Amino acid sequence: MGNHRRRRAEERFFKALMIIATGIVMGSLLLIVGTIVVKGFPALNLDMITKTPKGGYYLGKEGGILNAILGSLYLAGGATLLAFLLSLPLALFLDMETRSKSGAALRVRFALDVLWGIPSIVYGAFGFLIMALVGLRASLLAGIIIVALLELPIMARSMDEVVRLVPAALKDASASLGATRLETAVRVVLRQCLPGLLTAVLIAFGRGVGDAASVLFTAGFTDSLPTSLFQPAATLPLAIFFQLGTPFPEVRARAYASAAVLTLIILIVSLAARWLSRKLKKHTIQ
Amino acid sequence: MRLISFLPGLLVVLILFGLYYKSRGILGLKPLTSLLFGSEWKPLKGSFGFFPFILGTFWVTLTAMILAVPVSLLTAIYLSEYAPRSVRGAAKSFVDLLSGIPSVVFGVWGVLMVVPFVAKLAGWLGTYSSGYSVLSGAVVLAIMVFPTIILVCLEVFAAVPRDLRDASLALGATRWETVKHVVLRKGAPGVFAAVVLGFSRAFGETMAVLMVVGNMAQVPKSLFDSAYPLPALIANNYGEMMSVPLYDSALMLAALVLLLVVLVFNLGARITLTRIERRVE
Repeated sequence: MGNHRRRRAEERFFKALMIIATGIVMGSLLLIVGTIVVKGFPALNLDMITKTPKGGYYLGKEGGILNAILGSLYLAGGATLLAFLLSLPLALFLDMETRSKSGAALRVRFALDVLWGIPSIVYGAFGFLIMALVGLRASLLAGIIIVALLELPIMARSMDEVVRLVPAALKDASASLGATRLETAVRVVLRQCLPGLLTAVLIAFGRGVGDAASVLFTAGFTDSLPTSLFQPAATLPLAIFFQLGTPFPEVRARAYASAAVLTLIILIVSLAARWLSRKLKKHTIQ
Repeated sequence: MRLISFLPGLLVVLILFGLYYKSRGILGLKPLTSLLFGSEWKPLKGSFGFFPFILGTFWVTLTAMILAVPVSLLTAIYLSEYAPRSVRGAAKSFVDLLSGIPSVVFGVWGVLMVVPFVAKLAGWLGTYSSGYSVLSGAVVLAIMVFPTIILVCLEVFAAVPRDLRDASLALGATRWETVKHVVLRKGAPGVFAAVVLGFSRAFGETMAVLMVVGNMAQVPKSLFDSAYPLPALIANNYGEMMSVPLYDSALMLAALVLLLVVLVFNLGARITLTRIERRVE
């Protein structure tokens, strides 16, 4: 084994490279969260989360980001609800069709994957087109519809994965007792994977809260709280984006606070999603 | 329920058709080549050349991928082949968790840390840069696509049968040789798909890039120059686009170009990954 030493050296060299790479990945991600925490948390105070900006979001130095926090929750909440109403029947349909081995399930999954790949700015542009067509101005409603479309593929595909985990024997048992496919879907499949469905909802909600490019066109921006579906609504990502560019440190502090709140929401939501999916694994029959 | 199954397909068609329908206004007046390869962008004078934006997108994305691919591939190999099970689990959860961080948050970080750093770096190298540059955009994007590439690669490596590794190790190969000759070779199509998926994610990414890239309608000549990617162009100008003739049409064409590029890459990657998945099952 003359080249034994050389092979060992190569092994060590690449292992070192890998450890460095892993360090870079973990380090950079930690650095980002760290920066947001360090910059954002000092800016957070009671005013920040209980008041709307005074004197304009760009120039006004007083007030907080309540408009953006509530706006984001309304918008992502509404969008998630709408996406849920569309995704659940889709996932159940996919489950029923997969069993009958038709091509329909394949085609629908394919279309959902296509939708998943569409960049959010394109959803924004498309939303703008539709709004011009029906005469809808930038508003909470328009934002909800577009964000729901953006969430649809994420939620439907996650639900699809969850529903697929339900053991076939369980469905067969239900069918052999004389249940229709719809009854099986609703009473057996749905009940069996409730935590998984909730996880899918949370994942989609997280995406909806964080997205900026699609709401830029459709939800608009405002300093006040929306009182109806037809008024524009502020969102946290856009609050960050707009307020970061001002010359005033007080306003920039609002941007950092918004970033901290947004990151916090996302982390809580995804932790909850992970917890739920772990719970799901415990309860399913495998 | 059958009715709702048409929704996703219908939506895809509607988006494609809608964008095409709106871009017809400008496509009918100007040859496609002059739109795609023209360098003059003066909407008020009616000249819409997308070349600087297309090249801007291209350079930012390409640089990001050059930075991201080796690092994420090495990380994925480490986690899949070397790291103890507990470390792998923890690291995977961590990356998974952070894949949900919104792009504006990456943008804020870019403005706070990457932009000043790139400005300094340019100084050390004897050139000038405001820091709002192709390089800043690429660094931010690279970190954004780490999770995509790593998570997909991990699944691809997990699909390589353990027996193959054991056989290679039993023949006296080192772990790295096993990775090089067995895992990577077997997983090559999947790794390629992961990279393409990361690429299409990066290509369409808007806000984070928009915040750090400078947004000047010029063809960037170096990494330290500002660029103006297509998504940023759309995002920045939606306000004025209804008041200038053909402007809205031009921006919808930009969205269409973006969509088509992303779709082609995305579909290629997804089809490859589905095949791998099916082979495992």
